[in-house]
Amino acid sequence: MIYSEKVMEHFAAPHNVGEIENADGIGEVGNEKCGDIMKMYLKINAGIIEDVKFKTFGCGAAIATSSIATDMIKGKSIEEALKLSNKAVVEALEGLPPAKIHCSVLAEEAVKTAIADYYRRQGIDPEPIVGKIESHCHGDCHP
Amino acid sequence: MNNIIYLDNAATTRISPTVRDAMEPYLDNLYGNASSLYSLGRESAKAIHKARADIAEALHCDLREIYFTSGGSESSNWAVKGAAALAAKQGKRHIISSQFEHHAVLHVLQGLESFGFEVTFLPVYENGVVRVSDLEAAIRPDTGLVTIMQVNNETGTIQPVSDIGAVCKERGIIFHTDAVQALGNIPLDLSEQSADLLSLSGHKIHAPKGVGLLYVNKKIRLAPFIEGGAQESGRRAGTENVAGIVGFAKAVQEAVSGVESKRRKLLPLHEKLYREITKLEKVHFNGSPEQRVINNLNFSFEGVEGESLLLMLDMEGICCSSGSACTSGSLDPSHVLLALGLPHEVAHGSLRISMSGYTTEAEIDRLLEVLPGIIEKLRAMSPLWERIKNRS
Repeated sequence: MIYSEKVMEHFAAPHNVGEIENADGIGEVGNEKCGDIMKMYLKINAGIIEDVKFKTFGCGAAIATSSIATDMIKGKSIEEALKLSNKAVVEALEGLPPAKIHCSVLAEEAVKTAIADYYRRQGIDPEPIVGKIESHCHGDCHP
Repeated sequence: MNNIIYLDNAATTRISPTVRDAMEPYLDNLYGNASSLYSLGRESAKAIHKARADIAEALHCDLREIYFTSGGSESSNWAVKGAAALAAKQGKRHIISSQFEHHAVLHVLQGLESFGFEVTFLPVYENGVVRVSDLEAAIRPDTGLVTIMQVNNETGTIQPVSDIGAVCKERGIIFHTDAVQALGNIPLDLSEQSADLLSLSGHKIHAPKGVGLLYVNKKIRLAPFIEGGAQESGRRAGTENVAGIVGFAKAVQEAVSGVESKRRKLLPLHEKLYREITKLEKVHFNGSPEQRVINNLNFSFEGVEGESLLLMLDMEGICCSSGSACTSGSLDPSHVLLALGLPHEVAHGSLRISMSGYTTEAEIDRLLEVLPGIIEKLRAMSPLWERIKNRS
C-alpha cells in the first residue's frame, strides 16, 4: 500500500488541526472500534464557513483526508461545502489506496454532520437540506 | 536508505555478511542443478547435503528429518495439511491449536474446518501464553493433531511447547510447532523437544527470503506437498534453491550459537525500552513481561492509531510494526492482540519493536528520543484521547 506524495504532505503537516471554541457546528463520525474518528468544528457567518478545524484519531489517510477536506470547505458557502464529495477528496489527494477510500467517505460525512449540527442549533431540521447521514461506521466500510 | 533504524526484525532481517559470503559461489559460477550428473551439478548436491548436515548438527536431529521449503508459510501449510490427512486416516478429525497462531496455520485450519475437521482454539489469556491444563481438557479420543507456535510473532510470548509435546506424545497425538520466531532467540533442540513437526524460516535469522525448512520426525511420513521431481527424498519437488539453502544453513549455525550472546546484548536494551516507554501516560505492555523472547516488545498507546504512529516513526527513519486494522489490511485489528483480550481501540494503537543482533543502543536511544513527541502529537489531534482524558 503506497500513499501519494499529497497524502504524505497532508499527513506530515496537517492543516486546520484543533478545535474552535463556541463553534457553530460540530460533527463527529467514525468510531473507536473501527480505528477512526473524525471530529469537525465549523465557524459559520452569514452562510459562509469562516473557519474550520478538525481532530482525527486514525490512520494516515484519515488524517490526510480530514486536512484536505477542511481546506476545501474553508471560506466556502454552506451550499458549496455540502457539494464536497468523497471523490473530490480522493482526487485532491492524488488518489488513495482502495482500502482507504472509506477515509474519504468519513471526511465527507464529517463535513455534512457538522453542517447538520449547525442547522439543528438554528432550530432548522437539517434533513431536507443535508440529507440523511450515516453518522457512524457500520464496520462495512473496510473491504 | 542510509541511517535507517530497523526495529522490525520479527518481520524480516538483513542478510548477514557471512551468510552472503557463503551463498556467493552458488549465485555465481556454481549454478548447477543438484539433480544433474556432471560435476557442476554434484557441487550443488554436495552443498545441499552439507547444509542439511550442518543444520541437523545445530538442531540435534537427523539430517533425514530436514526438508527444505520456500519458508515458514510453506512449512506450516505442509505440516498442518499433511498431519491432518494422516490423522484423518485413523478417523481422527479433531485438531487443537491456539487463538493467536500465524495466518499460515490459522487459515489452513479454517480451510480444514470446511472439510469436516473440528478445531479447538485454546485461549491465550492476557499474558499471551496457552495453558497446558486447557490443552489436556480439550483433548478428545479423536484428537489427531496439536499445532501451537513456539513464540508468537506479535507479542513475542513463549509457549510451553515442551510440556505440550510431552502431553501429545503420551496421548499419541501429532504435534506441530511453528518455531519461526523462536530460532535464534531461545535454545531450540529437537533431541529434547517432542515436536513431531517444526517450521523454520530463513529470513527471520539473517538468511535470504524464500528458504525455510520443515523438520519431520522419522516416525511421521507426510505425503508430499509439492509433487514433481525427486528432490528432498521425493517429498518436496522443485529444483533446490541452492544458494538460499547454503545461506540458511550458515544462518542457522549462527543463530543457534549466538542465542546467549544476543540475549546478553539485547537484555539491557529491552529493559531500557520497557522502563522508558512504560513511563508514558496510558500505555499498555502487551503479553507476559517474563515469558517472552528478549528481542520483542509490544506496547499499546491509548488514543493513538498504529498506522499513523508507524508513518511518523518512518519519517524519522525508524521501522517498526503495528497490529492496527489499517496495517493488518482488514476490518479488525490483529487477531493476536484481540486474543489477548485487548479492546479494539487499544489494539489499534499497538507498536511492535523487534530487535536483532545488529541493533545498537544508539538506535534505541534515538527511538526513545522521538517516540514521546510523536505520541503527544498524535494524541493532540485525537478526539479519542480527549475522551480518554475526560474519563479518568
